[in-house]
Amino acid sequence: MIDVLGSGLQTTVQDLGRFRHRHLGVGTAGALDAVSLRVANLLVGNAEGAAALEITLQGPRLRMHGAARIAITGADIDAHVDGVALPGWRPIDLPAGCELAFGPCRRGARAYLAIAGGVAVESILDSASTDLRAGFGGFDGRALATGDVLAIGATSLPDIDAPAIPKWWIDPHPDLDLAHARPIRMLPGHDHVVPSDALVAQAWRVTAHSNRQGLRMQGEPLRLADARDRLSEPVAPGTVQLPPDGQPIVLLGEAQTIGGYPRIGHVIAADLPRLAQRRPGEFVQFEWVDAAAAHAAACAQRHRLTRIGLAIAQRRGDA
Amino acid sequence: MLPPTLESLGDQALLLRWGEVADADSNRRVHEVAAKLREAALPWLVDCVPAYASLAVFFDAAAIRGSDPLAVVRERVAAIAASMDASQDAATARLVEIPVAYGSEHGPDLDDVANASGLTTAQVVERHAQVEYLVAMLGFSPGFPYLLGLDPQLAVPRLATPRTRVAAGSVGIGGAQTGVYPNEGPGGWRLIGRTTLALFDARREPPSLLLPGDRVRFVPIDAPALGAGAKAPR
Repeated sequence: MIDVLGSGLQTTVQDLGRFRHRHLGVGTAGALDAVSLRVANLLVGNAEGAAALEITLQGPRLRMHGAARIAITGADIDAHVDGVALPGWRPIDLPAGCELAFGPCRRGARAYLAIAGGVAVESILDSASTDLRAGFGGFDGRALATGDVLAIGATSLPDIDAPAIPKWWIDPHPDLDLAHARPIRMLPGHDHVVPSDALVAQAWRVTAHSNRQGLRMQGEPLRLADARDRLSEPVAPGTVQLPPDGQPIVLLGEAQTIGGYPRIGHVIAADLPRLAQRRPGEFVQFEWVDAAAAHAAACAQRHRLTRIGLAIAQRRGDA
Repeated sequence: MLPPTLESLGDQALLLRWGEVADADSNRRVHEVAAKLREAALPWLVDCVPAYASLAVFFDAAAIRGSDPLAVVRERVAAIAASMDASQDAATARLVEIPVAYGSEHGPDLDDVANASGLTTAQVVERHAQVEYLVAMLGFSPGFPYLLGLDPQLAVPRLATPRTRVAAGSVGIGGAQTGVYPNEGPGGWRLIGRTTLALFDARREPPSLLLPGDRVRFVPIDAPALGAGAKAPR
């Protein structure tokens, strides 16, 4: 069990998301940076898609009832146990009864905390993910609050006196790029702006009105070649919409399933994790790629995750 | 009917588009093709998402061999859409009846709709309830139905200022659309009645009362039959 002593800005239970129900208006939700969630789970010996915590910008304070193996991935976040700084991207064993205190994300927007055994919540529509908009899933369909108690899947870990921190770690490059942001790659949308390169010609600022539903961007307003009203059509995570004010919105995992705004591009699946790490006030540069490049990027990402899984298994002695 | 155009929605989905107008014939075609795709038990198919005149096919690229998964999906989907029998009988769609208490505290805007349409409230109820609507799609929120078939005389503009709280089950009219709010929340449609049926419950099997392609009929019931605990919208 884990006591939530302080909730953090928005800490939610997430797995890889909810699928096969989009025709009912149920969106994906899930970890917006799925690569970081997967690696965190692999590091603690969970299945890749086990439920973990997604921590946004400012993290929670947690008390671990029992000894626990954890891993912190995603954003570069301040984390301490009894004054000992906890680094990310490696498995760390914590003593029973310790207080795990997160501070701000120093770089990146979303950190992931995986615990061996997984976070135990009711499965709703085949997923443990929290759908904040719909109000179901995860921990009661909401972000964690002070006073909540989280259940963890059963594991047996011998108790220790102090955190055990290995000297090795997993490098998430190039699937994350917190140190040096690279362009976000996109495929064309049905609708076109004029001039045709206007979307990629400028860097867009991520505004504070961004959340798990989408990033609202700010820059020189874009104009459409065809500005007529559109009939509502399905959208996907990564779809870039252009509302009448000419400021693009990039949809993320908790967006609605149907949209009526023109769609001027779609972020490729492999770049959604990097996109999810962009903070308000930071800039995003887009670049066009073709379907072959998108496919190659997705395959390369899958291969890296497989190699990471093997490397972790060897380190843990599971191989 | 012309075959659909195909375009990618990024690298996770393919969109079939039959048109740019919300009409019942196009929409019925969307549901026919969606049903055929589900029946085909394609191993890479994740979601089939209908809309008014389009259908998004979400696929798992990792489950498709070769260097061009989108081409594989395009080819299979186009073949299935083209193999449809032109005389497909759409009348096999389910009919769902939704009992509605019209007016009074359950439909606070019924008088406004009557005034705007030049009808009596009884006539508004009769014209709203006599139509068999088509569930064009679900979206906006889980289980929220977009219905086709509203009598044009009942079309009224949305509220200038949306209500901050609309009771769950409220039946409303917004522009040329009618529908039911599955959950309590803000809403800008004119409220003419309310049902106690839960349109969506994530823990129920099936979770959604309505499916895309269903036919819907509203059945007027007496207000006291709505049941205790029915709260009035503000």
